[in-house]
Amino acid sequence: MPGAAPMIAVEHVSQRFGTGAVHTVALHDISLTISVGEFVSLIGPSGCGKSTLLRIMGDLIPPTEGEVHVNGKTPREARLARDYGIVFQSPVLYDWRTVRRNVELPLEVMGFPRHEWTARADRMLRLVGLEQFRAHYPWQLSGGMQQRVSIARALAFGPPILLMDEPFGALDELTRERMNQELLAIWAQTHNTVVFVTHSIPEAVFLSSRVVALTPRPGRIERIVEIDLPYPRTAATRASPRFFALVTQVRSALREA
Amino acid sequence: MMAGARAPEHLRRALPPIGVFVLALVAWEATVRSLGIQFYLLPAPSEIARTLAANAVLLLGAAWYTAQEALAGFSVGCGLGILVALTSVRWASVADALLPYSIAANSVPIIAFAPLAIVWFGVEQGSKVAIVAMMTFFPTMISTIRGLRSPDPAALELMRSYGASHRQVFTKLRIPAALPFIFTALKVSASLSMIGAVVGEFFGGFARSLGVYIISQTALFHTREAWGAIVVACAFGIAFYLVIAGLERLVMPWHVALRR
Repeated sequence: MPGAAPMIAVEHVSQRFGTGAVHTVALHDISLTISVGEFVSLIGPSGCGKSTLLRIMGDLIPPTEGEVHVNGKTPREARLARDYGIVFQSPVLYDWRTVRRNVELPLEVMGFPRHEWTARADRMLRLVGLEQFRAHYPWQLSGGMQQRVSIARALAFGPPILLMDEPFGALDELTRERMNQELLAIWAQTHNTVVFVTHSIPEAVFLSSRVVALTPRPGRIERIVEIDLPYPRTAATRASPRFFALVTQVRSALREA
Repeated sequence: MMAGARAPEHLRRALPPIGVFVLALVAWEATVRSLGIQFYLLPAPSEIARTLAANAVLLLGAAWYTAQEALAGFSVGCGLGILVALTSVRWASVADALLPYSIAANSVPIIAFAPLAIVWFGVEQGSKVAIVAMMTFFPTMISTIRGLRSPDPAALELMRSYGASHRQVFTKLRIPAALPFIFTALKVSASLSMIGAVVGEFFGGFARSLGVYIISQTALFHTREAWGAIVVACAFGIAFYLVIAGLERLVMPWHVALRR
């Protein structure tokens, strides 16, 4: 979406962990603008700081240097304004809550009126195709289903931004591809701005409108690859020559890094 | 579907321990009779049962008196344990300030504390309540702290991303996560509390309490009577444990099912 308003603006962000001789530089001078409604993937080898960058955007850690603007606010203001939902690598569902009560959790915490909880949760569960499992407990579901519940939970309060930290990293290849497809179907309905961290090149290419390739420690932006595959994307997209060309392009960017 | 299959399975699981119990009783009875062991050394189970039945009213009265001490001590000890754990996890400085003393209190031998407790809290129920409270406080506090700290970082970050208050982090995450740990501690404390009350009474107490009864009957070589009292003490301890275990099922159905 060229020319669209920026949703997330990262300006000269650096991140150091530790101090003195033992410190590591996780991120070095990152600048990146993500527009409203974009689907941007951050990709790079393990330890390149891609999760760190996501966590800075989500105000889970403050950056050592630089500034981030989220929806015209500081990350902290954006967090308190409930501007983003987070999906972690593990589903982080609460064992003592049923599927529906897990999806209701943010609504409870954020003080949504009680009569809205069930309707919202059910709508989200329908969106991720799990409405018939709402009375189940998390441990009664497969890993893929649990992650779908956590996506429903992240979207339940209608945040404009979805931050996803390797959400399908623990799933097998086939399940992951199916989840990619479903995520795009959900995104087509919700129009969130999505920031998606992954180390899978095909996943990044299949999902994103732009792929940001990061270098290994310290993480810098090596290249940003525009993914011009038309949405909606399907299994046929994965088989198209353009898909392979883009996968190759991202791979070579990561090689050079 | 599951409920129908569960009842016989429950029974099947209960059978081996019941079998061991019956076999042990039979072996005990047979050994005492065939070797002609004197009753004041080791009475046969049948004799214990007969004495127990004859003294039932007296023993149940004494056991109830002792159980009250156990219950009160349990409530004070576990209640304080949970309270201190909650404040320690909420404010790290409280934990730093209190933990050394909690550990010190835990390492005071109960044998040394019991006579002092009588001096401080009186020879009647007060001293026993104090002893039981002291015995149950520490395990409950430590387990509760572990439980409150058990949620993984991502679960806490999730709450942070919602802008949750400290209070919400406790009510919606830390406390539910700690419940399995708390109940494990309560079950241990339930058994401990009956033992603590009886042992406390060994150092002096109301004449019609289990501990005093056991001590005085043993001194007179009334071994059968003493054994009867021990059986009643066990029964009360087990009953107390089962009440807590039942409460656990009621409060956390998800956890009981999860363990299976």
